[in-house]
Amino acid sequence: MTGEVVLAARGVTKHFPVARKGRQVLTRQPRAVHAVDDVSFDLRRGHVTALVGESGSGKSTVARLLAQLYPLTSGDIVLNDVPTKVKRGKSFRAYCKQVQMIFQDPFASLNPVHTIRYHLTRALRVHHGRVKGEELEKGLASLLERVNLTPPERFLDKYPHELSGGQRQRVAIARALGADPTVLLADEPVSMLDVSIRLGVLNLLRDLKERLHLAILYITHDIASARYFADTTMVMYAGQVIEGGDSETVTQEPAHPYTQLLIRSAPDPERAHNGVPTVTTAPGEPPSLISPPPGCRFAPRCPYAAEKCRTATPPRFDLGESHYAACWLYDSKTTDEHPRRDTVEVGA
Amino acid sequence: MTPVLEIRDLSVDYGQGEGAVHAVSSVNLVLNRGEVLGLAGESGSGKSTLAYAMTRLLPPPGIITGGEVLHHGRDKPAPVDVLGLSPKQLRSFRWNDIAIVFQGAMNSLNPVSTVASQLEDIYRAHRPEMSRAQRTKRSAELLRLVGISADRLGSYPHQLSGGMRQRVMIAMALALDPEIIIMDEPTTALDVVMQRQILEQMMRLREELGFSVLFITHDISLLVEFSDRIAIMYAGRIVEQAASEDMYRASSHPYSKGLLGSFPALHGPRRPLTGIPGSPPDMRSVPSGCPFHPRCPSAFDVCEREIPVLEKLSGTNGDSSRSVACWLNTPSLSGHPGVGAT
Repeated sequence: MTGEVVLAARGVTKHFPVARKGRQVLTRQPRAVHAVDDVSFDLRRGHVTALVGESGSGKSTVARLLAQLYPLTSGDIVLNDVPTKVKRGKSFRAYCKQVQMIFQDPFASLNPVHTIRYHLTRALRVHHGRVKGEELEKGLASLLERVNLTPPERFLDKYPHELSGGQRQRVAIARALGADPTVLLADEPVSMLDVSIRLGVLNLLRDLKERLHLAILYITHDIASARYFADTTMVMYAGQVIEGGDSETVTQEPAHPYTQLLIRSAPDPERAHNGVPTVTTAPGEPPSLISPPPGCRFAPRCPYAAEKCRTATPPRFDLGESHYAACWLYDSKTTDEHPRRDTVEVGA
Repeated sequence: MTPVLEIRDLSVDYGQGEGAVHAVSSVNLVLNRGEVLGLAGESGSGKSTLAYAMTRLLPPPGIITGGEVLHHGRDKPAPVDVLGLSPKQLRSFRWNDIAIVFQGAMNSLNPVSTVASQLEDIYRAHRPEMSRAQRTKRSAELLRLVGISADRLGSYPHQLSGGMRQRVMIAMALALDPEIIIMDEPTTALDVVMQRQILEQMMRLREELGFSVLFITHDISLLVEFSDRIAIMYAGRIVEQAASEDMYRASSHPYSKGLLGSFPALHGPRRPLTGIPGSPPDMRSVPSGCPFHPRCPSAFDVCEREIPVLEKLSGTNGDSSRSVACWLNTPSLSGHPGVGAT
């Protein structure tokens, strides 16, 4: 692996409190949605890390936590080896200068009453002080050129509604680059775009990563695009990272039963014509995150689930070459070690 | 193969006069009995408009400006033009003969009534002779058919997950045993695991019940796997039509190739992909000639001037189901040999 670690998550956890109504205020324990539980990973310069998961798996929450848009419940976000916690004001801006986010919907993330010039000028001025005149023009032009919107003068004075979806997403990327960041958090950057232009945007991001030596977190529900675009891939299920490693390894030799299910379920034109029998999918759905099942959260749907899976949360087991999976199937000392946790009563 | 629905030269405009947008332009399409026909295209290509037009569900300002939609009924001697049906005939045609699973179907259930009452409503309206007990029994059967246990009949939509709501919508479409089911992006809002479960179930039901499916989606890799034939739309026209295996192995229209090349593969070698340069046309000002020519890597002078017609591709292995609308396949014009299946 190349590049130094710029941003790292260390045991990041986020629980959202659930409103209690009426008599619950008196009787029940405070409840919370366990959106993200104990997630750790590194983002390296010049490296794309993909975070793959179904909706509700907590992948977008991870991005927002890394962008410091939500306070953490526990854990640390480490920027350049310094645990960082910022809320607003100057320290938040200093953080933003390093870590920029690109959102899913370019139709909503640009202000419809302002021109592209305004959006980009704001980005430059907020992060680089009072840029003006010649310098500003040069800065704007170079931003647009970086995202292949050329010639820049054709786009600068347009309003968002005059651009296509792909062009808008490029403007959003240019705006993020305006801060001259080291980390880009891309939350489903192409899923709202037309299929024929998605790859164009992904290729642009890859190109930027190479040229500007950026660390990119690519959040997606499409594991095939993670294989295409990312160097490392992590898979999330019900708020936890359950497998991670080199993209090629994770997609070609998935270790965790959930990753296997995800890959079997993805549309695959080859399958129809090779006469491979249709897939039998695991029944059921992701668990409620208000009262997640004890032990492995995939256990209720898992075809290999054993007694241990229902009681103890599997730690990460190393499978070599930075590939890991959180599944008891890969426990090397399965023989006698009993999980040390007390058996918790299995909820509904 | 006998056709069950034939669309001939169907054109749909939004608005009238100068500012009219030609959303669908003289589309010809045949749906055969018992087959799954995939209709692929990007947003704005007119695929949903086509589905609404052929069921006469098109909301204003949509206007059908020409063409006919012939329905060859199971027990009717002659084909009927759907576009000429009286309101009363239309009422019995819809749902009895053709049913739709709508886009975002998860949100098209009524939130204030139970699943049972929504299912039974169908029978109350279309089969007034059924008794209450029969209705309940049939509703329970329907739910079982789509893999939901019958004790969910009393549930309200918000008590069901997205996937289950989608299954209820499919059960509703199946209620009157229609010959044709139109699925308009039925699984776009669902996760891949649920998407596969639902589509596989749909295909099993098709084997059992023998209906035909028009499957509309932007995800062509899904169509290759689940449909028998694929038609690809671009800017309101069908640009290529072929059996799904032929489409996947050797698509002929540059747009089909580009669209297939826009989905990174999960298996096989990792290769750089480019997608298609440019962006889909604004339907208010469609480029002249072939609407794809500004984005086409092999466009030449004719493409800019004249609209190519959908023609059976000649020269291949006697494959009659395959047709393409591209000037490249007219050797006298392009100077290229016909770029057919290789």
